[in-house]
Amino acid sequence: MSESATDTAANSTPLRGRLALSDLDGVTLLALPAMLFVVTLFIYPFAYGFVLSFQPKTGNWLANYTKFFSDPFLYDTIEATFRLAIPATLINVLLSVPVALRVRRMRRRRLLTAILVIPITLGTVLIAEGLLTYLGPQGWFNRVLLMFGVGPVRLVHNYTGVMLSLILSGFPFTFLLTLSYLTGIDPSLEQAASTLGAKARARFVHILLPLLAQGLAINLCLSFVQTFSVFPSAVLLGAPSGDTRVISIAAYQAAYEQYDSSMASAIAMIMGFCQLVVVVLILSGRSLVYRGATGGGKG
Amino acid sequence: MAIAARDFRELRLEGMSRAFGSVNALKGVTLNIRRGEFIALLGPSGCGKSTALNCIAGLLTLSAGNIWLDKTRIDRLAPEERGFGMVFQNYALFPHMVVRRNIGFGLSMHGVDKDEIKHKVDEALSIVRLGDQGDKLPGQLSGGQQQRVAIARAIVIEPPLVLMDEPLSNLDAKLRLEMRSEIRRIHELIGSATIYVTHDQEEALSLADRIVVMRSGEVRQVGTPEELYARPAHADVAEFMGYRNQLRAHAIRAGNLANVSIGGVILPATPVDPIEEGEVTAAIRPDDLVVSAAGSIAATVESAQYHGRSFYCSGRTADGTELYFQSGRKVGKGETVRLAADPGRVLVYSRAPE
Repeated sequence: MSESATDTAANSTPLRGRLALSDLDGVTLLALPAMLFVVTLFIYPFAYGFVLSFQPKTGNWLANYTKFFSDPFLYDTIEATFRLAIPATLINVLLSVPVALRVRRMRRRRLLTAILVIPITLGTVLIAEGLLTYLGPQGWFNRVLLMFGVGPVRLVHNYTGVMLSLILSGFPFTFLLTLSYLTGIDPSLEQAASTLGAKARARFVHILLPLLAQGLAINLCLSFVQTFSVFPSAVLLGAPSGDTRVISIAAYQAAYEQYDSSMASAIAMIMGFCQLVVVVLILSGRSLVYRGATGGGKG
Repeated sequence: MAIAARDFRELRLEGMSRAFGSVNALKGVTLNIRRGEFIALLGPSGCGKSTALNCIAGLLTLSAGNIWLDKTRIDRLAPEERGFGMVFQNYALFPHMVVRRNIGFGLSMHGVDKDEIKHKVDEALSIVRLGDQGDKLPGQLSGGQQQRVAIARAIVIEPPLVLMDEPLSNLDAKLRLEMRSEIRRIHELIGSATIYVTHDQEEALSLADRIVVMRSGEVRQVGTPEELYARPAHADVAEFMGYRNQLRAHAIRAGNLANVSIGGVILPATPVDPIEEGEVTAAIRPDDLVVSAAGSIAATVESAQYHGRSFYCSGRTADGTELYFQSGRKVGKGETVRLAADPGRVLVYSRAPE
């Protein structure tokens, strides 16, 4: 290939050199498997679903979308999902900050981190099963309450059950992310602030929070997308035909109960659009905060 | 109103100690520092000098001892209540704030009103000669400029005491020299006391009014640069002050001067502590051991580095003692030279080198 390049112009650099200038070299080939993976498992199914959603069983090309937005049984699922996803995301991310602030100074950090990470490894279904028995009408929790003459309270098969499970399985994730952002902030910045007269609260507001904001935005996005697509716990712990009839349940029913994969694709597209709107909103708010390095100078 | 240090008479460290687990990083440091003094804490890495500085700043609590600022005991106070200015080794500038906000941060934390903050920040910027850089982020500045911002941020709160932790170690050689005189100039301008941690004896000698040499968490010697340079009180201090030749010698007493025998050659020398006959340490700077035809020590040259005015050489005597010396003329490897030393510049310490 260098021959053809030198043929065309005597003083031009060979192709390999020109490619290297734009950061393309042999190592770039290593990205190919990953790209192939993304194309076959993400881009192609997405494009396929997108096209499929405009080929309804009956009616014109927009029939699926018209149906979704004219049937309250369907369009109410958007609200139900937001009602779960937004509070769960906010609780998980906001709670992770004080916990991470405390944990980063602890000597047994690894042990505590391991304990907090266990829910991730268990998976949603196991957590849901556990909660069903523990929080159920005959579970330990209600029995203890009864002993003190309170209750029983209804904590499963409703909104509360799903919310508890979303916090239990989502918190370790947000916590780990926040902890890693927090430990990435140079500790000498806080020390400098304290020698300049800043008390703990002022150090948090003026130093830690602005440097953490970027990470919290990412954390909010990831956590939101995760909770927005809640399915197992909404079915197992919630009221899948009532309060917690989330959008993924509607998609599931279209695909596997009515065998209308075109409608299911349309619902999936609407779901994706909702997630995209929120993520774009969060990320555009990010431009208001500082986004550079979190070190204090030359290290 | 000009930036000037808050008034105080002296800072007293009394038996200041700090342990990390079972390791005693600081063993009972006692020291008085007067207003206007420039103190250098000098020592090799791990000697406890940075620990001492952090204890004074309040970033570390003491395991024992106390710290007094005039009649107030301050060792239990949090750093934010002590009000000392500190310049960190990595500058620790707030990366999300422009230079002006970095410098004004301490003032706004102390509740100073906006007009006065602006006024004082302007003045601090002009003191460190950064008048036109106020609206940049730290990341947009060079290392030397970041250093100046860090100093401005520390002095603008008018602290009685400015603490500096190896502030020049991240700069290149030329900038280091320039900032060294800047630091001294600013110190004199605002009239605070400065405690300056360094492992560079040249920096300590040129900046400080008094040098505190530390080793293994203890103060080994306190003195003016001249005292420390000419007459280190211990062999290990001497080693740190550039007495590179630490020779095992045999002492033969002779009044104020002692004769020592190095590699079979008898040299007149100056005892630092009272010495007995027997094994001692003789310490000589390479620049005090010079090549001269009248010299009594014969050595074979092993290496010679050109350093402009002279050659820095190393060589060996017939009995295998390694010597560092200087030569005004070019000497070649393998050449035999004769070395001489002024008796006043050969210091003898009572203990033999380890």
